[in-house]
Amino acid sequence: MSDPTPTAAMIDPQAQAARGRATREKVAASLKRRYRAERRFQAYGMLAVSLGILFVFFLFYSIVSKGYTAFQQTYVKLDVTYSAEDIDPAGRRLPADLEQGNYQAVVRAAMRAKFPEVEGRATLRKLYGMVSDAAYLELRDRVIANPALVGTSETVWVLADDHVDMVVKGQIDRDVPADQRQIDDEELGWLKKLEEDGRIDKRFNRGFFTGGDSREPEQAGVLGAVMGSFFVLVVTLLLSFPIGVAAAVYLEEFAPKNRLTDLIEVNINNLAAVPSIVFGLLGLAVFIQLFGLPRSAPLVGGLVLTLMTLPTIIIASRAALKSVPPSIREAALGMGASQVQTVLHHVLPLAMPGMLTGAIIGMARALGESAPLLMIGMVAFIVDVPQGFTDPATVLPVQVFLWADSPERAFVERTSGAIMVLLCFLLVMNATAVWLRSRFERRW
Amino acid sequence: MQTSTFILVLIGLAVLAYQLGRKRSLAVAGGPKGARNLHSLPSYYGLLTAIWCAVPAFAVLAIWHAFDTQIITGAVLQHMPAEVRALPEDKLGLVLNDVRNVVAGNVPMATAEPSVQAAAREWLRLESLSRLAAGGLALAVALAGAFLVWRRIQPQLRARNSVERVVEAVLIACSLIAILTTIGIVLSVLYEALMFFRVVPVTEFIFGTQWSPQMAIRADQVGSSGAFGAVPLFAGTLLISLIAMLIAVPVGLFSAIYLAEYANRRFRAVTKPFLEVLAGIPTVVYGFFAALTVGPLLRGVGESLGIEVASESALAAGLVMGIMIIPFVSSLADDMITAVPQSLRDGAYALGATRSETIRNVVLPAALPGIVGGVLLAVSRAIGETMIVVMAAGLAANLTANPLEAVTTVTVQIVTLLVGDQEFNSPKTLAAFALGLVLFVSTLVLNVIAQHIVRKYREQYE
Repeated sequence: MSDPTPTAAMIDPQAQAARGRATREKVAASLKRRYRAERRFQAYGMLAVSLGILFVFFLFYSIVSKGYTAFQQTYVKLDVTYSAEDIDPAGRRLPADLEQGNYQAVVRAAMRAKFPEVEGRATLRKLYGMVSDAAYLELRDRVIANPALVGTSETVWVLADDHVDMVVKGQIDRDVPADQRQIDDEELGWLKKLEEDGRIDKRFNRGFFTGGDSREPEQAGVLGAVMGSFFVLVVTLLLSFPIGVAAAVYLEEFAPKNRLTDLIEVNINNLAAVPSIVFGLLGLAVFIQLFGLPRSAPLVGGLVLTLMTLPTIIIASRAALKSVPPSIREAALGMGASQVQTVLHHVLPLAMPGMLTGAIIGMARALGESAPLLMIGMVAFIVDVPQGFTDPATVLPVQVFLWADSPERAFVERTSGAIMVLLCFLLVMNATAVWLRSRFERRW
Repeated sequence: MQTSTFILVLIGLAVLAYQLGRKRSLAVAGGPKGARNLHSLPSYYGLLTAIWCAVPAFAVLAIWHAFDTQIITGAVLQHMPAEVRALPEDKLGLVLNDVRNVVAGNVPMATAEPSVQAAAREWLRLESLSRLAAGGLALAVALAGAFLVWRRIQPQLRARNSVERVVEAVLIACSLIAILTTIGIVLSVLYEALMFFRVVPVTEFIFGTQWSPQMAIRADQVGSSGAFGAVPLFAGTLLISLIAMLIAVPVGLFSAIYLAEYANRRFRAVTKPFLEVLAGIPTVVYGFFAALTVGPLLRGVGESLGIEVASESALAAGLVMGIMIIPFVSSLADDMITAVPQSLRDGAYALGATRSETIRNVVLPAALPGIVGGVLLAVSRAIGETMIVVMAAGLAANLTANPLEAVTTVTVQIVTLLVGDQEFNSPKTLAAFALGLVLFVSTLVLNVIAQHIVRKYREQYE
């Protein structure tokens, strides 16, 4: 309004009003379109969010629907006779003799007794194949625990073979033509008869949680991998937490601002983004090739994962230290504490919950990591449950990778089952981190 | 004595030294009442004594352990028959391996050859000797260190300052591990890669279009010539990363916009953790999902449309990788969008812009550098991602831009070349390190650029 040179519009109020009207009309006419664009834009956003959530549900649904059956296993009821001539021909009932007994014959006799009409080598072998190899071991353990069983009969539930298990769980369809399923009509007939006699039952799959890896799906368990993961994480935690906290304390509380500390900072940020497989290459070249540490050992796995999780822990610990207000430090220094005393006695305890949260999140990341461990040979097929830091071992995610590669149909549910176990551990760790944060978080 | 028990003994000695040092400081100060005459608290005198007891002793042990195997190996060799010593390098290694196996108990002593048995006995004798010597030396060092400090304890001794210097040195050493790791990565990868480039020229590696990493065991073998042209791998990596970005960037960006600009607090509080769940799932789970659910699904859809889709198509791997990266993009974009000052938005609203116009024309351009930085970081994640592609992408090195065909990536090849028992120093193994070098350098460059952009952007609005 204070414009000193009056324009034509100002001189002529009518023209100005007309122009104002025209603008308003223009705006009003475009409003509909603009509001439509607004709604469209908002819908895109909503769509993106729902898509993300949909992915989460789809992922979990596909894993749970494939994997929940892994927690049950099919058992067959057999009437076995522990005939002395098969088990203990010498008749001494010594554990060493009993261990050598021919339990295969015992199981086979029980199967033959159930189906006396079966003849011919190939058919018989098929019949025997309905029961898992684990049945022999089970019987052996029973007899060794109780030698009085020799010469008697009893009814036992033994593991069924994986293809029987798949049929019972409905993962192999009985109605498809015989050439499209892995079990033939004869075997289905036997299975039907067993089911009619009430000799087939699905029970909780204890072996899945107490067994090591196996080539036979029905015997494969996750305990070996869980223990391997445990040992690896212990090494990782024991190394990365103290080192990470110490590095963070130095950088945050002591380091002078100079080229070296700048370099360290840039370095840590970059290391946090280096692909994990590169750490595997480092581990292979340095720990195994140069230092000669054993392959497949949790110790080496822990070292590699330490290097990988260190940046995460350092960054989280620095954030925790930063959140401690300077007044705490000033008060301690004012009371005559040295800098080391200030940090160790006052700042560090206050920052500890934040650091622990960071450490747990780093550990959760390490638990889910598999690529660098492939490089250092933790992919070997290992049946025994590892007992220490240098035993050959594998870890849960690598076990998932190994089973996912196995051709047997029954390994699909095992893999999903192992994934569910892994996700449970991750859930617990993350929940602990969240709880810790909410319990001890302090607003200054 | 076992090393572990010896370490326990040393720790016990250190605890003892702490007590003695503490007592001594009080004694020289003239009892508990004289403690005020001391320069430092009594516990610092104890700590100083303990440090001088334990640290040099552990250092001696560590140095001894680093060298003793080599020395023992040399000494055992001297005792072996002359014809064994005259063997060429690799044969000699085999013999020594036999000896080591007997020593470790992997092979029973009785089944080994006589010369190996003798060597193993010699080895065991030297080993126990070396352990004894190391133990004795470390013990002497520990006692001497503790004694020297113990004698020097006086009220004027600045024990706290000395202890704190040690603490600070430890802190510095810990923060240097990050640099050591980087140096270790660069050196190990570079060294092996240079060995590889001695066999295969760099130009062939970078520009060659044939990849079949076979090396002949015998020179006259059929198909003895390996090809190490990595272009198909680079192309495959880029193709899968591109597909992943096509999923992750729109979904991630739009959900970040929605959550930051439209959603109310409650919706945000419920939805954000859900999206972040995607970031916490191990990649091997995504790999399984891609290989067993998405791959067959795409194949089925393709069949019903009459298109042939490879069961290990680039599309399946890229799609799932995109899902994995969504939370990464969305949380970074969220940060960047919320960092845009409210005044910019208010200005746009005052001019009559709708919300979406404000976002498109004001907020996004302002946040663009940060978002670009975030996307670059996401690309480097996609390039370095391993498990999804190992499980869901193929092994065949096809040079194609068709996402329905199988392609292979740099990380897949590194894994396939290095998993299983391979001898070091064959071109096949070394090729993996050359690929690792490419991977490391490319992700490093992306990260440095991205972090630079992001930092510049953050400074702009601070």
